[in-house]
Amino acid sequence: MTALVRAAFALVVFALSFAARAQLTIEITGAGANRIPIAIADFAGEPGVSRAVAMVVRADLERSGLFKLVEAGAPLAENAAVNFGDWKAQGADALVVGSVQPTANGRFEVRFRLHDVQKQASLGGLAFVMAAPQARTTGHRIADFVYEKLLGEPGIFSTRIAYVVKSAGRFELQIADADGMNPQTALASREPIISPAWSPDGGRLAYVSFEAKKPVIYVHSLASGKRHVAANFKGSNSAPAWSPDGRKLAVVLTKDGASQLYSVNADGSGVVRLASSAGIDTEPFFSPDGQFIYFTSDRGGSPQVYRVSSAGGSAQRITFEGSYNVTPRLSPDGKNMAFVTRNGGRFQLALMDLATRQTQVLTDSDKDESPSFAPNGRMILYASEIGGRGVLAAVSSDGRVKQKLSVQAGDVREPAWGPFLKN
Amino acid sequence: MRNKLMIVLGAALIAGCGTTVDPEQPGASVEDRNAKSIDGADVKRVTPEDNLGTALAAVKQGVLAKRSVFFDYDSYVIKDEYKSLVEAHAKFLVANPRVTMLIQGNADERGSREYNLALGQKRAEALRKMLALLGAREEQIEAVSLGEEKPRCSEGSEACWSQNRRDDMLYTGEF
Repeated sequence: MTALVRAAFALVVFALSFAARAQLTIEITGAGANRIPIAIADFAGEPGVSRAVAMVVRADLERSGLFKLVEAGAPLAENAAVNFGDWKAQGADALVVGSVQPTANGRFEVRFRLHDVQKQASLGGLAFVMAAPQARTTGHRIADFVYEKLLGEPGIFSTRIAYVVKSAGRFELQIADADGMNPQTALASREPIISPAWSPDGGRLAYVSFEAKKPVIYVHSLASGKRHVAANFKGSNSAPAWSPDGRKLAVVLTKDGASQLYSVNADGSGVVRLASSAGIDTEPFFSPDGQFIYFTSDRGGSPQVYRVSSAGGSAQRITFEGSYNVTPRLSPDGKNMAFVTRNGGRFQLALMDLATRQTQVLTDSDKDESPSFAPNGRMILYASEIGGRGVLAAVSSDGRVKQKLSVQAGDVREPAWGPFLKN
Repeated sequence: MRNKLMIVLGAALIAGCGTTVDPEQPGASVEDRNAKSIDGADVKRVTPEDNLGTALAAVKQGVLAKRSVFFDYDSYVIKDEYKSLVEAHAKFLVANPRVTMLIQGNADERGSREYNLALGQKRAEALRKMLALLGAREEQIEAVSLGEEKPRCSEGSEACWSQNRRDDMLYTGEF
């Protein structure tokens, strides 16, 4: 077989698997205590596109576990007179109305308005011009607007998630919208891929790939599909974490013996030792202000979370309860730390308030791993296992809202929630 | 066939800017623009010589064909039962200084992937140190970890986990 034909065969598999593999299905398994009842009317105007947009808004808000959908009936335009009494009688606290009108060049203008039914007041609205295939994107942006107006924090419906799908000796690093739709494969390999980490601007992913028969860290630009080696020293190269300014990576190298923390520039230059211990130091994670690096170390005999100033110095121990506390991940506001703790042989997701050091176990499963905060800090995405199969799950930081994300055929693992995209 | 190929390549282009990696065929992938960097490992490639070929034939037979060392739970100590095996490999490395070895450490699946990668590294490092003490040169051996990523057995039992807590030794041409 010539190289070209062999390459083509590899690509057949690639193209087919891309088409056949079901996207992530998200199931809500727990909801918030006080869900806001909201009616999202079908938008007036072009019925097909209108329905597509309104469906996305409804699905996003409902999936968040913080809203309860109220039946909305006939389409309502953003400028239509609203009979607040009727909506109140139907139990809605908020109402979204809007319209979709074709523009001269084959595009659509989408307008919407959000009403506070209790206060009988408009909370504002937006207008977008879009092509028909952007209906989902527009729906996510409307859902983000509604979420922020009603809850006072930004919505995450326009963000993306990265994760690894393993199926029959094949590993794919995929990127999907936060609702699991539009999965795209950034890297496909016969060897494992672990530890994807989003650059703060959302344009690049750092990850560890074993395609060279050893762990090597790559930085992959998503728009171009081009990538470069960020760390390939003698020994193992793993656990990349971006600095908040996106210029450096904290990494784990073994070039001097055991697994230790180093910093490298994102282009792979300028390697500097960050900390030293006689044992294992791994899983670095920058605090959002860039001042500290949290990490896992067994320097005290069992794996525990420590932190060190990113300028160097001595390490400070953070976790004390139990004999296995790993994978520290700070919330975007820097106030909380998600990590994995072992309770009687079960690995569960826990959250520590860093000011009070109070810890709450958020899950009741056996094999939780790899927590990753949504950029608004509300949900924590993590890997788990159900019936021997890898699934993703998400839990709100108050432990109430729970979601399960799975694919039809295959194991899903190593989730990483991407940052807010700059509009 | 040609028409089919065209369609397939077209489909792959439509599928987006993914990168396909087939480690068994470096350079064969049309979408991997950086295939060369994969080969940029720090392990030195030796130039093939007649005696190197003969030497590498030897590692396929007898005691040298045995390449795995297994570990107890939470342990990184090479057990006595493997000492003669490690000595045989060290002797071979000393006798064949141009041959290189990659040691891949492994861990069982329980707990964090990255922490398990570090545990596998500790196992690989223990074997590397022992081979070095027995006379193998530092440049001859690279110790790396595959963590929990390449289990030999994938059931959740101790019998299975014990097969996954191991070091594998690979010689020039095998990695």
